[in-house]
Amino acid sequence: MKTIKFLFITVLSLSALTSCSSDDDTPEAVNEEEIITTVRLELTSASGDVVVLQSQDLDGDGPDAPDFSTEGTILADTEYTGNIQFLNELENPAEDITEEVLEEGVDHQVFYTFTTNNANSSVTYTDIDADGNPIGLSTTFNSGTTSTGNILVVTLRHEPTKSADGVSTGDITNAEGATDANVTFTYNVN
Amino acid sequence: MKSIIIGLVIAISSFSYSQNCNYIFLGELKDFHDGTPIESATIYQKESGKYAFSDLDGKFKIENLCAGTLTLTISHANCDTKTVSFEINGDTFKTILIEHHIEELKEVSVIAHVDQKETKTAQETVLKELTLKKYSALSIGDALKEVAGVSSINTGSSIVKPMINGMHSSRLIMLNNNVRLQDQDWGIEHAPNMDINAVSQISVIKGAGALAYGGDAIGGVIVTNPERVFLKDTLFGKTTLSGQSNGRGYSANTKLSKYTKKGWFASIQGSLKQNGDFETPDYVLTNTGSNSKGFTFRGGKQNFESGFEVFYSYLNNEIGILKASHIGNIGDLVSAINSLEPLVIEDFSYDIDAPKQDVTHQLAKAMYYKRFNNFGKVNLQYDFQNNQRFEYDIRVGDDRDKAALDLKLQTHTLSSDIVLDAFSDYKLKFGIMGRYQNNFANPDTGVRRLIPDYDKYDFGVYATTEHNLNSKMTLDFGLRYDFNRIDAKKFYFTSRWEERGYDEDFSDLIIDDLGTQLLANPVFDYHNFSVSTGFNYQLNERHSFIGNYSLSSRPPNPSELFSDGLHHSAARIELGDLRLTKETSNRVSASYIYNSKQFNLTAEAFYNHINDYMFIEPTGIEQTIRGAFPVWEYLQTNAELYGIDLSANYNFNAHFNFSNKTSFTVGNDIENDRPLINIPAFNTRNSITYTNDWKQFSASLTSDWTFEQTKYPDNNFETYIASIDETVLVDVSTPPSAYQLLNFYSEVTLKTSDKTNLNIALSVNNLLDTNYRAYLNRLRYFADDMGRNIMLQLQYNY
Repeated sequence: MKTIKFLFITVLSLSALTSCSSDDDTPEAVNEEEIITTVRLELTSASGDVVVLQSQDLDGDGPDAPDFSTEGTILADTEYTGNIQFLNELENPAEDITEEVLEEGVDHQVFYTFTTNNANSSVTYTDIDADGNPIGLSTTFNSGTTSTGNILVVTLRHEPTKSADGVSTGDITNAEGATDANVTFTYNVN
Repeated sequence: MKSIIIGLVIAISSFSYSQNCNYIFLGELKDFHDGTPIESATIYQKESGKYAFSDLDGKFKIENLCAGTLTLTISHANCDTKTVSFEINGDTFKTILIEHHIEELKEVSVIAHVDQKETKTAQETVLKELTLKKYSALSIGDALKEVAGVSSINTGSSIVKPMINGMHSSRLIMLNNNVRLQDQDWGIEHAPNMDINAVSQISVIKGAGALAYGGDAIGGVIVTNPERVFLKDTLFGKTTLSGQSNGRGYSANTKLSKYTKKGWFASIQGSLKQNGDFETPDYVLTNTGSNSKGFTFRGGKQNFESGFEVFYSYLNNEIGILKASHIGNIGDLVSAINSLEPLVIEDFSYDIDAPKQDVTHQLAKAMYYKRFNNFGKVNLQYDFQNNQRFEYDIRVGDDRDKAALDLKLQTHTLSSDIVLDAFSDYKLKFGIMGRYQNNFANPDTGVRRLIPDYDKYDFGVYATTEHNLNSKMTLDFGLRYDFNRIDAKKFYFTSRWEERGYDEDFSDLIIDDLGTQLLANPVFDYHNFSVSTGFNYQLNERHSFIGNYSLSSRPPNPSELFSDGLHHSAARIELGDLRLTKETSNRVSASYIYNSKQFNLTAEAFYNHINDYMFIEPTGIEQTIRGAFPVWEYLQTNAELYGIDLSANYNFNAHFNFSNKTSFTVGNDIENDRPLINIPAFNTRNSITYTNDWKQFSASLTSDWTFEQTKYPDNNFETYIASIDETVLVDVSTPPSAYQLLNFYSEVTLKTSDKTNLNIALSVNNLLDTNYRAYLNRLRYFADDMGRNIMLQLQYNY
């Protein structure tokens, strides 16, 4: 009898446990904080002409590929002041990650690599970090000759070896570190 | 009322004292469990110093008794000695129940060298304290490799996940003192949260034969148990200190246990481990330090008839992950694979920086059992586990010290089982289990959740039976039903939801639309039936055969269902699938065991056919702002795994012993006719051991030889690396070459007093400082494995 009672209590308490339900809390949406959705290279000429090359991926690691867009026209044999911006547009208002890159300048460097350079364009660094090495947020862009199909690859590296051979002049080969952004801009020079 | 009776008894006995001494005591001895008479027991009568013996019916007679107290001490070969007293005031007949049960005696008395196996017909191996103590400074995953057929899948040297016959993670069940570990075990880089120093015995059961623990153990079950309870008044403890050269690690572990004759017991244990960066023969593995703190308390009362136990365990592990393994995109992965050395090598340090894991696992359990006369034993257990996992990534700005992953998994389980062991030729066991689990993914990380918030409900019921046909043949049979419900709330990017085609199949799951993100509420139910049956045939003293068939199924785990995003260290986008169904395994196994004084052999073979086997495979490439990434998707196929594990031991003479452990496993994707990924290569481990009675000295030399895995799926892909304007082949598949490691182990035990001794052990792993990379180490793309490691361990037993 005692046995049966004991078993009965056991089964009862088990069923009580399994039937208890949870509170239906709706989770909070997370807007990715550090993800870079947008890389925006703004080129300003001495005469005030502005050209913008932009790569934007609003679904982050989602399936949609980044959108590439160009505003304005790059003129031949013109020197532009280049400013690059890294934005997280998943946040509202958009977060400007460029500021963090600047603050931690010694741990970051932006590389500009031409994979197709019919124009013979060039980019030179105009900023330095606390150790006197370039960061690459501010640059001078020389457009070169009239041409089409030029390809510029912009890479933001975290913790590169800035002292390695060629790195301070913008050669990515020995830079190492981890890639935070890697976008490809195609442009024409008119 | 009681005092009146006692008073009356005293009055009567004092009154009857004047009577003559002619009373007769008739006794009947019966087994507590099934009431069978106990013959040939010795009954010692304390007052007169005379002996009596029980007859075939368990009866005995003592004549010429005077009134007063009669004290009898009953002893029998297979029973615990029992002393009983009676007040004699006339002719008396008494039935005395004694514990005649050899199985149970092993639990409650001090008998050494008994393998307490969990199953009868499964392929099971038991590891005892003597073996486990060698791994005090390492992990449970390292110790388990002592079993032929058990390997591990590692992330570096500190994260060691056990693998049984090529299966790991959710395909294994791990039990810590009869509590099923719930610690996000789906993750390949999530090591089991168990402190080897808190464990006295481990049973490794290959396959799903141990249905009492769950129906989804397609790979196997690992049962860890604390120290047996001793029924005597004693207090003992042990303290272990160890140091190792590689990683400049040190550890301390201490344990103190108190037992009483009445069955009360209490035991506390604590351990600390710390190591810095490990080293390969050529360079430092930067950021591979770890730090571990563990504590357990166990107490209760254990008697034959009833008992209870409370148990609490705390374990915190902080583990650094090789810094060079943090990569941003495919280009970085290509550079890492092509570089012979890791891309980040710094000076040795104890510092643990990001990337790292910080995991705290707490377990509390309360258990009660009672044995009923002529029936059996009933157990009731409640346990609670709290698993807090933080993972830190290399981040910038304000988020630098913020965890990238913050998961809290809480699990409540109530279970009960009934063992009917009153019958001599068969044993029945029934069990029921209810579990509620809640996973909370903290949104404060600022990183999209890897695993969503969910509630999970499990309910299981099983029956197993064991039947001794005759002295040679034992049969067993088990049935189990499990119900699982997972109720999750997950945010999807709208673009992902549509790309997966979920908008067509699962549109009714959407409960909120935030524009770019959708909140879905998938609720899935799974019903699983499991069966296990087998035989154990003991031909004679030397030869025995074991055969087993088991059917088991496993529902998809949270990662297989919900993964959705970039996996940084692997540089790939991993995608789960809501459409996955359970996988079902049919496993047959056969073992032959030979035992003689000089030679022991265990040969185990198995074939496991798994329908709808879940696995992850590359299916395409996606572009992101970081560059292109391969997409790996969870898919299902029909798979087979088969293999042979051998374990042999040969004693040349009293001093020299040779042992061999060899395992061979094959895994195939039958549908696509190609090998499965991450199947351990052929491995053979040969040891020669010298032992001497002098100070219990022993020394052994072991060769651990792992062949190159030649059967692997080719998941290599080509990718265009914009920064170098080249298309390159990314070789993520080719396994590293074969390697052979030599390990040395030696120990002595010095007697320091009557009851205390000091055990000193010296070991050298990777004696020749061999450079190697292991196929089953996820960091093999980035760095070599550990070089030579010299360890010294002192264990003081008191």
